[in-house]
Amino acid sequence: MSVINYASREINCKIVYYGPGLGGKTTNLEHVYARVAPDTRGKLISLATENERTLFFDFLPVDLGTIRGFKTRFHLYTVPGQVYYNASRKLILKGVDGVVFVADSQVERQEANIEAMQNLYDNMAEYGYDITRMPFVIQYNKRDLPNAAPIDELDLLLNPGFEVVDPIRQRQMADPHNPSRLLVSQLPTGEWVEHAPSIEAVAVAGDGVFDTLKAVSKLVLKSLASSS
Amino acid sequence: MSRASHWSFTQHDADAITRILLNFLQETNSRSALLVDRSGQLVTTVGEQPQFDATAFATLAAADFSANDQLAKLIGETDFTTLFHQGERDSMYVADVARRLILVVLFDQRTTLGLVRLRLKAAVAELNQVFLRPPDAQSADLGASHLLAGAEDDIDRLFS
Repeated sequence: MSVINYASREINCKIVYYGPGLGGKTTNLEHVYARVAPDTRGKLISLATENERTLFFDFLPVDLGTIRGFKTRFHLYTVPGQVYYNASRKLILKGVDGVVFVADSQVERQEANIEAMQNLYDNMAEYGYDITRMPFVIQYNKRDLPNAAPIDELDLLLNPGFEVVDPIRQRQMADPHNPSRLLVSQLPTGEWVEHAPSIEAVAVAGDGVFDTLKAVSKLVLKSLASSS
Repeated sequence: MSRASHWSFTQHDADAITRILLNFLQETNSRSALLVDRSGQLVTTVGEQPQFDATAFATLAAADFSANDQLAKLIGETDFTTLFHQGERDSMYVADVARRLILVVLFDQRTTLGLVRLRLKAAVAELNQVFLRPPDAQSADLGASHLLAGAEDDIDRLFS
């Protein structure tokens, strides 16, 4: 839940990086931490096990600039990748404004991707949040690996699209990150479907990390601007 | 996109909260009070300005409180409305406010846990009044739509 603080002139938003274990969620945050100016970010907090697996969450606050005199502060969180930490995964989703699903592109990780995506939908639903109606971006990570599955295949499994019922939104819309792809399109059956924006990444090298952060932050601010 | 959920914290709220918390700090001789949104965002700090990273502190305090909420449920309680962490020099007392925020009080040996606990009940009751006001009683709509109306271009520029 965004907090607009008129006293300190800040807009605070919460973004959660979700996905299967060892998919690159923490790596995304570490790259952001390493690359943004120190005066625009806080400490990177990691509640991790001895072998550096996220136990509770990683946390990084970043300032992305000023709008109308208000500082936009984004609080970035990751969740633990392993399913047996589901209780802490769920706690981190409380009050979330935008979600990034970091998928592991490797063919052999498809089952883990699907399981994590299902778990995300379930945990969001338990809070009464509808992931299909809030800022949501999918990052296909590890695109550099030889065993990376084709994007079409990943889309089919993780981003098949959800029905668009609002007539105002029933019009073709291209993906700003991939103009050859449609985010909103009409099926031959007449139904309109919308896909989450997706970004290809190699988080360990920093490729796609900031594109992902920008995409989800922009969606969060735009959804705030259109709220009433 | 659906309507984003948000809440606004106005200057009017800030003044009321500062007054309540300053009064509480004086009565109990506590060092500082931090008000934190349940999702981990620091709303305000009153009293001695902390020498630590208050943003990180707020996030960890909210996570701590949420984790304890779940522990309460596991043992059959609805929730733990307060938590106490005792240190050698500094201690902290954490209390729920209006099911939306948590109040963290930092104190040292200049006061006692009993006094903090006693006075905190009244302070939390006053804070609840501020945050439980019906929406129509809140000062003018200072929501996100008001602030960001027509800001689409500004948002685009921010990310260009």
